[in-house]
Amino acid sequence: MNALKKLVDKVKPNFQKGGKLEKFHSVFDGFETFLFVPNTTSKHGTHIHDAIDSKRTMVMVIIALLPALFFGMYNTGYQHFLAIGQQVSFIDTFIYGFLSVLPLIIVAYGVGLGIEFIVAQIKGHEIQEGFLVSGMLIPLIIPIDTPLWMVAVATAFAVIFAKEVFGGTGMNIFNVALVTRAFLFFAYPTFMSGDTVWVRTADTFGIGSGTIVDGYSGATVLGQVATAATEQVKLLNTIGNPIGFIDGFLGFIPGSIGETSTLAILIGAFILLITRIASWKTMFSVFAGGALMALIFNMWGPDTAAAHFPWYNHLVFGGFAFGAVFMATDPVTSARTETGKWIYGALIGAMAIIIRVLNPGYPEGMMLAILLMNIFAPLIDYYVVDANIKRRLKRAKTN
Amino acid sequence: MANLIKTKRGLNIAIRGEAEKEVGSVKLSDIFAVIPDHYHAVTPKILVKEGDIVKAGTPLFYNKAVESMKFVAPVSGKIIAVNRGERRKILSITIERDKETVYESFKIKDLKSMTGEEIKEAILLSGLWPYIKQRPYDVIANPEIAPKAIFVSSFDTAPLAPSYDFVIAKQKEDFQTGIDALAKLTQGKLHLGIKAGNKHFSTVKNAEITSYEGPHPIGNVGIQINKINPINKGEVVWTVNAQDVLFIGRLFNKGVVDLTRRIAFTGPEVTGAKYYDTIMGCQIEQFIVGKVKSKAPLRYICGNVLTGHRVTGKSYLDPYSTQITVIKEGNEVHELFGWAMPRFNKFSVSGTYFTGFMRKIFGKKYFDFDARLMGGKRAIIMSGEYDSVLPMDIYPEFLIKAMIAGNIDKMEALGAYEIAPEDVALCEFVCTSKLPLQKIVRDSLDMMRKELE
Repeated sequence: MNALKKLVDKVKPNFQKGGKLEKFHSVFDGFETFLFVPNTTSKHGTHIHDAIDSKRTMVMVIIALLPALFFGMYNTGYQHFLAIGQQVSFIDTFIYGFLSVLPLIIVAYGVGLGIEFIVAQIKGHEIQEGFLVSGMLIPLIIPIDTPLWMVAVATAFAVIFAKEVFGGTGMNIFNVALVTRAFLFFAYPTFMSGDTVWVRTADTFGIGSGTIVDGYSGATVLGQVATAATEQVKLLNTIGNPIGFIDGFLGFIPGSIGETSTLAILIGAFILLITRIASWKTMFSVFAGGALMALIFNMWGPDTAAAHFPWYNHLVFGGFAFGAVFMATDPVTSARTETGKWIYGALIGAMAIIIRVLNPGYPEGMMLAILLMNIFAPLIDYYVVDANIKRRLKRAKTN
Repeated sequence: MANLIKTKRGLNIAIRGEAEKEVGSVKLSDIFAVIPDHYHAVTPKILVKEGDIVKAGTPLFYNKAVESMKFVAPVSGKIIAVNRGERRKILSITIERDKETVYESFKIKDLKSMTGEEIKEAILLSGLWPYIKQRPYDVIANPEIAPKAIFVSSFDTAPLAPSYDFVIAKQKEDFQTGIDALAKLTQGKLHLGIKAGNKHFSTVKNAEITSYEGPHPIGNVGIQINKINPINKGEVVWTVNAQDVLFIGRLFNKGVVDLTRRIAFTGPEVTGAKYYDTIMGCQIEQFIVGKVKSKAPLRYICGNVLTGHRVTGKSYLDPYSTQITVIKEGNEVHELFGWAMPRFNKFSVSGTYFTGFMRKIFGKKYFDFDARLMGGKRAIIMSGEYDSVLPMDIYPEFLIKAMIAGNIDKMEALGAYEIAPEDVALCEFVCTSKLPLQKIVRDSLDMMRKELE
């Protein structure tokens, strides 16, 4: 540690004002604070501070994402070998998935952090950690076969136009990762929906080559529900075996990389809740709002498969759980008042189900529901805070 | 117990170094100083010059805006200097202390026969007025505007704060007289906030007593005002610290200005933390020498770790401080990968550390703090942090944003009249984004006052 400190101190003057590498001041600062807790002491105000900081917060979210990430990697391999009809070991399955997912993570981080570094340097800010989370979320919410250049373009678009133009981390209106996905969804729809994008059937770096088995179909559960001709739909996995709630909960089904396993997501939810980074109010009300809305459709909905898809299945299939736990709870884009969080969450849940059931075009509604409520979050807060203002005015009058 | 108000919102910071309930002896310094800057928003007009002989209670300067508001010498002696800075601003008035303090005697009638107006004049003349503060704006009260109520809090919940039970116990007579005098200054009630179950103060007469239960900042008058008699636009409330009520009591009991105060010398870097009797303007060195663990660079704070201000050994005790705290500066500490390490020795309210867990296993574990921010400054990211430590009917985050934006209408609507910097000190402590909230509030209140008065 001392040697490291000495090294940092030695190169530091180069990056300070008047130094040779002054231009890279922000980048250096980013690395220095990554290595060492800043030793700046308080100049005014409270003399002591809580040990929490933005880095720690973001890192905890990444830790919470790891179960979903690792499961997603394994499931990528599992679906692949299921599709080509080969039986391989756990390790081989995971390695295949790991190698398939890793490029997506590298591209998302590389592009996003690159832009973040440049902007920080231009503005003379410290590098903000927000993208550490976004960069991990992006690969988890896209199909495995999304071309890397698309990921790069979409990430660049989202970071620049959804975040930096608003002023950086903490100032954005929309969830950056979801904007990335929305960009992909609308710009390259054929790569983001349909039956062929959810399972990687090609080999990765030469591993896992083979031909697809007969009777294979890569449709997701929600895709099957959306295209079903009858009211009651029989859910099948990629090779035609029937599946149900428990498969959705465990996650051995096709879907975006991180969204399939509700169990892995709930482990992440547990981490977010015990560390109190995510709001349990938002999380709970998304599930509650979704369940209630789905139940209403189950009872009184139109005669379609989507409306009669049991409410508990709605919660475990598709991106519902992932959105509820990791996206809706983003503190920056969510409602910020405690009362507002209940309303915001419930409306996301309800809206996601409404889009799933009533919109014939999109089988999945979570992304659009959250983005839509991102717009309304400030309005919800406005009315909650306004009630407080009115209370204060009324108090003044009655005295 | 007639009125009991409970809250769970707030935070008791587990910092080591609480003062033992015993009084140590300390020699008062030979040089005392009165520093006008300690009185917020006062423009001093000097009344003495170098070489003058003053008694304890002799006016040194008055407030240019309110001429009747005098500021007096805390001890008797000879003025050795009136130090001026840029543009002849008065920096300090230093006094060489007499061996025996001679008191200016104030002719005080029997309190029972005095009117509110007479009491006010006596307090103004004796230089005790600066101890009466007002909300809105958290400044020295304007004697021209009668308050709708006066609030006194009989307990301090701040980290390592002195126990008022211990400090005031033997001076209850002075305390009662002070309360009696203050009660006459308002048409409304004098509210005395006491800690739930407290026996010492529950017998005080002439005051409306309310009990409070909960973590810091429940002892702050600001919270108590918000709970029972919130300030609306155009209203004024006065507040007096319980220890300062004693000064007023002494004036009416004995006819002298006796600013002797029992302060707590506290903090993780203090050896044998206890109480000392001293007087404002005393040099701080008297307390420090030989009583601190002096390995690392230290930070001396007049007041508590949340709201106090930083001083050096050569500084003088300010008129409002009831404690001195010593912590490590911490600027020589370089923690590797702090964002990832478990850091068992760090205190945090967030669940990302093991503070709660450690305290459950090892019982009441206390922590050594240093003055580091522990992170970089960011935009506000986390929500609900401030609400959890500010038990007021206010949305602090929105108020702070209005203040940063300088939007006076919004500040007014969101409760800026009710808030003082000390109330948001805990918010500043827990803030993930390390924002200087107290400074934001102080600057905004000053701006509002300038615009609206």
